[in-house]
Amino acid sequence: MDPTLLARLQFAITTVYHFFFVPLTLGLAILVAVMETLYVRSGQEVFKRMTKFWGKLFIINFAIGVVTGIVQEFQFGMNWSDYSRYVGDIFGAPLAIEALLAFFLESTFLGVWIFGWDKLPKKVHLLAIWLVALGSNISALWILIANSWMQQPVGYAIINGRAQMTSFASVVFNPNIFYQFPHVLSSGMVTGSFFILGVSAYHLLRKKEFDLFKRSFQIAAITGAIFAILIGINGHAQAQHMVQSQPMKMATAEALWESEDPASFSLFTIGDMENRRDVFAIRIPRLLSLLSYNQLSGEVKGINNLQAEFEAQYGPGNYVPPAIIPYWSFRIMVGAGTLMFVLAILALYLLRWEKFERYPWALKGLTWALLLPYLANSAGWLLTEVGRFPWVVYGLMKIEQAVSPSVTAGMLWVSLVGYVLVYGVLIAATVYLLMKYAKAGPSATDELDLAGEQPADSLPSLVS
Amino acid sequence: MDLNTLWFILIAVLYTGFFVLEGFDFGVGILLPFLGKKDVERRAIINTIGPHWDGNEVWLLTAGGATFAAFPQWYATMFSGFYLPLFFLLVALILRGVAFEFRSKDENPCWRSLWDWCIFVGSLVPALLLGVAFSNLAQGVPIDANMEYTGGFFNLLNPYALLGGVTTIAIFALHGAIFLSMKTTDNLLDKAQKAAQRLWIPAVVLILAFLVGTYLATDMLERLGVDPGGVPIAGFAAILATGYFLRKSQYGWSFSMTWITIAASVITLFMILFPRVMISSSNPDWSLTIYTASSSDYTLRVMTIVAVIFVPVVLAYQAWSYWVFRKRVQAKPETLTY
Repeated sequence: MDPTLLARLQFAITTVYHFFFVPLTLGLAILVAVMETLYVRSGQEVFKRMTKFWGKLFIINFAIGVVTGIVQEFQFGMNWSDYSRYVGDIFGAPLAIEALLAFFLESTFLGVWIFGWDKLPKKVHLLAIWLVALGSNISALWILIANSWMQQPVGYAIINGRAQMTSFASVVFNPNIFYQFPHVLSSGMVTGSFFILGVSAYHLLRKKEFDLFKRSFQIAAITGAIFAILIGINGHAQAQHMVQSQPMKMATAEALWESEDPASFSLFTIGDMENRRDVFAIRIPRLLSLLSYNQLSGEVKGINNLQAEFEAQYGPGNYVPPAIIPYWSFRIMVGAGTLMFVLAILALYLLRWEKFERYPWALKGLTWALLLPYLANSAGWLLTEVGRFPWVVYGLMKIEQAVSPSVTAGMLWVSLVGYVLVYGVLIAATVYLLMKYAKAGPSATDELDLAGEQPADSLPSLVS
Repeated sequence: MDLNTLWFILIAVLYTGFFVLEGFDFGVGILLPFLGKKDVERRAIINTIGPHWDGNEVWLLTAGGATFAAFPQWYATMFSGFYLPLFFLLVALILRGVAFEFRSKDENPCWRSLWDWCIFVGSLVPALLLGVAFSNLAQGVPIDANMEYTGGFFNLLNPYALLGGVTTIAIFALHGAIFLSMKTTDNLLDKAQKAAQRLWIPAVVLILAFLVGTYLATDMLERLGVDPGGVPIAGFAAILATGYFLRKSQYGWSFSMTWITIAASVITLFMILFPRVMISSSNPDWSLTIYTASSSDYTLRVMTIVAVIFVPVVLAYQAWSYWVFRKRVQAKPETLTY
C-alpha cells in the first residue's frame, strides 16, 4: 500500500479518535467547575457530591484524551516530516505555545485537584478545577490556530521553498479562528451538557438520587440549550466564511457540480463522482444562496468550475475531495445539531413543568441522545479535514508532498496496526469505566478507591 | 549570544528538566511491582507520584514542541528517523498514563494487575528508549545531504546506545527509590531504602561504563562540540556522593545528588552536540546545526518573548504543587481515598 495513503489513514484514525474524547473534556471541565463553584458559594453538600461524581467521569475521559494527544504532537515529525520542514517556522510555534501555556496548566492543576481535596482550602481547590478548564480550552485554541493556518494560510512568505512567518499577529488572529474556535468551544459545551443530560435522565427515570440528578439536569439543560443555539448561529457564519475561503469544501458538501446563481441547497443527493453528476437529487431552489449570503441570490461556485479554476492556477491535477465524505458529514453534523437543539428545548420543558414522570420516553430518548454530539463532532472534523483535499496547507502544499521520505510502508503498517490495537483496547476500557461509574451513581464516588489489604497480583509476581 | 544558541540551551534545559523530574516517576513505576506487594502498598506508591507524573511528562511534550518551533529540521529528521523507537515510546506512555487513572477504578484483581504491569512496562520501556535515543544523538547516526535519516531500526540498537538505555533504567530506578525513601512511611519506607542501597552499586558501575563509552564512542575528545570539561566528572562524583549520603540515611541529599548526576549527563550530551543538533555519521558536513536546522530569526524572537513570560510562571506553579504534596504518603487504606 502507498505510504501516503497509510499515513493519511493513520492521521484520520488517530485524530478522530483523539477528538472523540476532547470535546467532553472541554465542556465537562467547565461544567464541573461550575458545580464546585456552587458548592463553595452555597456550602450545600449536594453540590460537592455532584462535583465528585461528574468529576470522576471527567477524569476517566481526560486521561484518554491526554495520552492520545501526545501521539498528535509527535505524528507531524514522524509521518509528515516534509510537511514539518516546510511549515515548521509557523506551525511549530502554536504547538510549542500550546504545550507551555496549556499542557502544564491542565496537567499540574488536575493533579492538584484530584489529590488536593483534603489538603487545600476550598477556594484554592476550586481555583484548580477552573485552571484545568482554562488550560484545556487554551489548548484547543492554540491547536486550532495551528489548524487554521492549514485551512487558510496567513502572515507568511515563501522563502527558499519554505513558508516563513512574517506576522505572528496575523497567524494568531487568522480570520478562520474566529469561526473555528467558538464552534469547537460550543461543541464542547454541548457535548458536556448532553453527557450530563443523558446520564441524569437515566437516573431520573429510575428515581435514584432524584435531587442531585435534577439539579445536574437543570444546569445541563440550560447550558445545552444556550450552546446549541450558539453553535447554530456560529456554524452558519462559519459556512459563509467557508464559501469565501474554501469554496470547494462547500461545493462538495452541497454536491453542487456546476456554479449556480441563485444556488440551490441539496436536501438529498445520490451522486456519481466519476461523471460528476446527480443520479438522484432533491434540491431546494435558492436556499444555498440564502445561506451563503443572507439573500435570495448570489453565485455559489460548483465543483467543475472550481476544478477548472484550480487547474488554471495550480496546474493539472485532481482538486475535488471525495465528495461523499464532506457531503454526508455535513448533513450528519447539521442534522445531529438540529436534533440536539430540539432535545435541549424538550429538556427545558420537562424541567420547567416537572414532567419527568409523565414522559419516561423523553428521558429514555435523552439518555440515548448522549451519542449525538459524538456523531456531530466526528462528522464536523471529517468535513473540515477531508474537505481540504488535496491540500495539506490550503493552496500551498499538497498531501503527497508532505509525507516523510525516510519512513517506509512497513514502518507505517507497524504503527498503524499498533495504534488500532492499543486504541481499541483503550476505548473498550474507557467505555466500560464510564458506564460503570455513570450507572453506579454518586454513592460510588462518595467513598471511593479504598485500597484493600489483599495481595496485589494474580499474575505471577516479578520477584518473590 | 544569538537566538539560535539561546534556543539550543532552552531545549537542553527542557530535556534536562524532563529527565530529572520524570526520571524519578519512571523509577517509581519501575519499582512498583518489586516494592508493592499488597494492593494498598501499590496505591501508596502510585500516590507519591500521582499529583506530579503528568506535569513532569509535559516537559517532554514542551521539549518536542519547542524543537518543532525553533528547529523544525531537527524535529523532522529526528522524529521521522527514530520512527519505531518513538512509536514504542508513545505506546508505552499511552498505556502508562491511562493505567495511573484506571487501575484503581475496578476491584477486579486481574484488572489492577494488568494496569500495574502497564505502569511497570510503560516506565521501563521509555527509560530504555530515551537512553538509546539520546546515546545515538551523541554518537551520530547516518544522515544524508538532504537531512534524511538513512539508517534502519537496528542501527539504533548498537552496543553504546543499549548501554545508554540500560544505564538510564538503572539511574532512574535509583532516583525513584530515593524519592520513595523521602515520600513513604513504615514498611514501605524500609523496602524503598533497601532498594536504594542495592541499586546504588549497579548504577555506579553502569554510569562509569557509560562515561568511558561516551569518551570512546562520541567525538567528545576531538572537541567538535563544546568541551564538556568537568561536567561529566561532576556527574560521576555526584553518583559517588549519593552512596555516601545513602549510607548516612540522608535522603534529601541523596536525591539532590542523583538530580545532579542525571542533569550533568544530559548537559554533557548537549555540550558534545553543540553547535550541531544531529550528528551525521555519514559525512560531518551533513550534520544539522543550530543554523541549518532553525526557524527564521523572526519566529525565534516571537518564541523567546513567549518563553521569557511563561516559563517562570510554569516553574512557579509546578514548584508550588510539589510543596502542596510535600508530606509522606502512608500505606493505610483510610488515608488513601482518592
